[in-house]
Formats: sequence, structure tokens, C-alpha cells
Amino acid sequence: MKIVKIDKKSLSADLDRLRETYRLFGPVKGPQYYDFQLLGPGQTPDLDFLNTRMSAKSLVYPQSEVMLDYSLDESQEDHHIMKESAQDYSPRAVIGIRPCDVKGYLLVKRNFDTPDYKDPYWVRNFGATTLVGYGCDEPCSSCFCTSAGSGPFHEEGLDVLLIDTGESFLAKILSEKGEKLAAAAGWDKRAADGAEQQIDARRQAAEAKVSASVETDRLAAQNSLDLYDAPFWEDVSFSCINCGTCTYVCPTCWCFDIQDEVRGKNGKRLRIWDSCMYPLFTLHGSGHNPRGTKLQRVRQRFMHKLKYYVDKYDDGIQCSGCGRCVRLCPVNIDIRRVARLMNSHGQGAVACEVK
Amino acid sequence: MTTPHVESIIPGTGGVTVQNPYLPYPVRIEEIITETEDRNLKTFKLVFLNAADEKKFAYHPGQFAELSITGKGEIPIGIASSPTEKGFLLFTVNRVGLVSTALHNMRVGDIMGVRGPMGNWYPWEAIEGKSVVIIGGGFAFTTLRSSIVYMLDPNNRPKFKDIHVIYGARTPGMILYRDELAAWEERDDIHMHITVDATDDPTWKYNTGFVPTITDQKAPPADGETYAIVCGPPIMIKFTQPVLENLGYSYDHIIMSLENRMKCGIGICGHCNIGKEYVCKDGPVFTLEQLSRMPKEY
Repeated sequence: MKIVKIDKKSLSADLDRLRETYRLFGPVKGPQYYDFQLLGPGQTPDLDFLNTRMSAKSLVYPQSEVMLDYSLDESQEDHHIMKESAQDYSPRAVIGIRPCDVKGYLLVKRNFDTPDYKDPYWVRNFGATTLVGYGCDEPCSSCFCTSAGSGPFHEEGLDVLLIDTGESFLAKILSEKGEKLAAAAGWDKRAADGAEQQIDARRQAAEAKVSASVETDRLAAQNSLDLYDAPFWEDVSFSCINCGTCTYVCPTCWCFDIQDEVRGKNGKRLRIWDSCMYPLFTLHGSGHNPRGTKLQRVRQRFMHKLKYYVDKYDDGIQCSGCGRCVRLCPVNIDIRRVARLMNSHGQGAVACEVK
Repeated sequence: MTTPHVESIIPGTGGVTVQNPYLPYPVRIEEIITETEDRNLKTFKLVFLNAADEKKFAYHPGQFAELSITGKGEIPIGIASSPTEKGFLLFTVNRVGLVSTALHNMRVGDIMGVRGPMGNWYPWEAIEGKSVVIIGGGFAFTTLRSSIVYMLDPNNRPKFKDIHVIYGARTPGMILYRDELAAWEERDDIHMHITVDATDDPTWKYNTGFVPTITDQKAPPADGETYAIVCGPPIMIKFTQPVLENLGYSYDHIIMSLENRMKCGIGICGHCNIGKEYVCKDGPVFTLEQLSRMPKEY
């Protein structure tokens, strides 16, 4: 594995070279927060961020995405016949994505790229994307990536890991896609000996700063129906206003609705992020609603992430520990606390525990 | 007529051509049958525009499909035709919402779409060599019609022992597939027990009473070699289940088909889960034994 050194002053020119091959996306500072945007000519990502407000989910799985097109014009031979919508699947690169968000992609990949069905939109978008991760030297107090199968310098799923060393970046090339991108950027200046150790020291320092954690070791062994019937859901869901913020900011919430839109004689079928926090999500045509109460919906979200997913894939929780839902929940519902309640259920934990 | 662009190369599949699972097969409405006196139930006979699509749509009784209407959306509907019936698909649709209302207003010759087949099916391999009692109520008789036609096919009938059918509707005018039911009544290789909740029609010659009552009176006792397939409104299922238990049916011999709000139909969009199972992909068919280990979110 190769480590190269990048002069910070040359980053802008390097990105311009990359733009000949890739559409570039990166964190951009807005009036209030950072978000991923397309980086225009000459634009560099704003890398002095802690993390973006929204996760990087939308770069591979846009909040709304046209799936199919059709014509309602009966003078056309193919009227009312749906066709796959033309999309831009040209190479793109994300410069400055945090490792937790890359972990998020890997967790949802199990849903979109299955042995039975390949979601063509997600699979193509993901396949077209090269991920240049950015080591996280200052994790937030709400971050718990290290206990959620990720970490501030976690390399899984990354094509390149960028590390800020002050006057320059170190870039660890981690995959074939990463090599291609490094070649296109002209990142070929081998780092001095000891770079690996330098990165390791930074990684350890960053990991030590992740003070929060999530308890998951007993989740798999718990009985699903026992957790479902646990008394603490009343307390957990009490303050929830079903706003759906947690699901929108989450890098691993993947649910979507499918809707049709028509203008004149042209129609399209789109998919749009949906949220299990909303009553409409499960409403039957008959009026019956299997998850008609907010307790049922709050329970569904946590059971999905911390139990159903664990049971289905047997490889950890559906959470990358990015902490966005913790930071942005308007009523301070905290997945770490809920995980502790679920994990310790049956061991004498009480619902009103505050810690 | 051929349809452009129904298939596409998806990366990660080794360059293999894979059908976009969201892209419906185009079909034409060949016939519309108003089934019930309240005109809320219509059966749509659909024919594939591209003959090759019919082969790709190989299905088993118990599966469903997404009916797709441009500008309106999609609805998951059980397949009422049997794979032994060639050249068309049948769907019986209750008018409840946006898409089903739009469908009810469509005409013979109109173009729409079908996506599927989806989900699992009744456990035909396990049922082979055994007896079956089919218990249906109201408009939840569609995949049961598929199953009966399938079992009565001359190639299949020898594979099954006794076949009982208990089917109830509110009134004689609310019964689906009336002509076929009458024809099955005449046969000696199927035991029909048709019932209505109540009627003042003096010409009604079948049973009167709710499905659980008729089940109690007519269903064969469990012998470990008989499967019960139950489809109906929640209230019917609730009261039929104890009857079957009394008759000695074990939970793994009681088979049910569930419904939940669905969008994708292929286990991806997240809408229809019950615990870790998706009704669309892991179901819609579950045994009562399986359901007893799942949350009651249906």
C-alpha cells in the first residue's frame, strides 16, 4: 500500500486535473453548516469541518431520484410504456468524506446490492464513485464510531484516506479506484519513511478522543419479541414528535417512497426518501395502520437498526456512529441510551435510567 | 411491437444483463369483469405487449405483482390467474385508493404495467401428496382462485388428496368468480362450502353463516396430512384460527398470506417489514408458526 504526500498549496491544481475525469463533490461551508456539494472549477472542499450536517448518503442515493420516464401522448407509439430514465453515471469522486459516512455506504449496500436484486440506481451511483476519505482528528462529543464498527481513521470502503499533517496531506492509497484517482491527480510523491507510523499515531490520538460508545454485545442474543415487548419503549418514545429528522440525517436510513409526477403529457416515476417515523409509511388502503402510534414507530426505527439488522446480516448494527441523530434530535432522544436499554434488557436495567 | 430499453447492464454483475426490477412489463387490458354488486371489485385480464415477457413472468399460486399506472403509481395485488392458464394474467382489485380507483376507471385496450412476480408462494412442494382446506373470505380469494385452478389442472390434480374450499362473502352479490364456483360445485374432486353472512334470497342454495362457523362444521379434522390455507379480513382470521386449532391443526400446517403497505415489492424500500421479514420478499405467505415468532405488525 502506497502513501503519498500532497502539498496543500497544490491541492487546487490537483483537483482541477481530477475534474478532467471526475465530477468532484466535497464539504462546502454554508451560512450555518457544512454540506456536500458539487465543487465547481477552481473550488476546493472546505476541510476545516467537524462533519457535514447531512450525511453523504445523498451522493449515492439522492433524496429524490427519477427512476423511469413515460409519455401519456397517445399519438406516440410507446405511450404509457415506462423507460429507464437517462442518468449521469460518469465517474465522480467525493473529496473529504468522513470514514463514518463511508461505513454508512457499506451498511446500506447490503440492502441495495443483494444476491436476489440489484437496485440499479444505487449500484450504478456507488460504482461510479471514488471515495477520498478524510481522517477525523477532532471527533465530536456525540460521535461513537469506534464502538459502531467504524472509527475516525477507519479505512474500510475508502479508496484513499487523506490525513492532515499541518502543512501537507498524506494520502494513503487503498484500492485500485484510489490508484486511478491518485494517478489522475498527479499524487505520485512518495511520503518519507515513517509516514505509516505518523498516521498510526494520529489515528490512535483521534480514537482516544471518541469518548462516547454504544453497547451492542448482547443485542444478537436478545429475543426479538422480548425486546419488542420491553416496557422502556413508552419512555423512549414519550418525547418524540415524529419529525423524522433522525431518518433524514442518518447515513444508514435507506427507506424510500415511489411516486409519479406528470406535467402535460410527460410523466416520471421517482423515488423519494421516506421515513418510518411517519404514520403514512405503513397506512393500509383500508385505513388500518400496523404502526399507527408513535411508540410503534420509534420502536421500529431502533429495532431495525439495533436488532432486525443485527439478526438479518449477523455483522453488527445498522449505524456507523456518526452521531448526527444525537446532535440534531429536537427532543434529545439518544440512540446510545436506547442501545444500552436494549442491550441490557433482562439484566435489571430500568427505563428511567439517566446516565 | 417491441419495447426499447427494458434491460440494462448493472455494474457488479459481471456485465450480465439484468432486468431493472423497477421497470414494469407493458401490458394491455383485454377484459374487465365487474365481479360484485357494489361494483367495487373488478377483475382485469391483462395481456403482455411483448410475448417474451410472459415467459419471464413465471409465477406460482400465492405470488403477487405490482400493477403500475402511469401518473398514478403502483399497487401490490395478488395474482388471481393460475400459471396453468396461459396467455394472460388476472387481477381482482378492490377500489380503495388513488391507484385502484384509476384502474377501475380504465378501459379495455388501455396500456398499463405489471412488475413481478413477487414474493413467495403457498408451499406446493410440502402440500404435494397431502390434503388441503382453503378458507377464504371477502375479496381475499384471489390467490386462492389461482391455487384452486392450479390444483384442479389435470396435470396437477393427482398430486393432491382431498381439496376442501370454504369461501364466504357478505351477500350472494358479493361473491367473486361466481360462475367458476358454480362449476366447481358440480365436480366430485373438490368439496365446495360456499357461504354468505346472511341473505334473504330464496334461491340461495348454499350455506349461510360466518366463515369460522362453516369451518367448524365442514373443515376436515386435522390428520397431520392436511394443510389449511387461510386468507381473509383480520376479523375472519381472528375467529377462524381457534376453530382450526380445535380441529387439531398445528401452527405449521396453517398457512396465511399477509398484506402490508408496499412500494418496491422486492425487499428494498423498507415499507412492509414485520420484524426482520419483509412481507413483499420473505412473504406474503407465512405459516402461523412463523407468525407466532414475529411482532403483530400487520
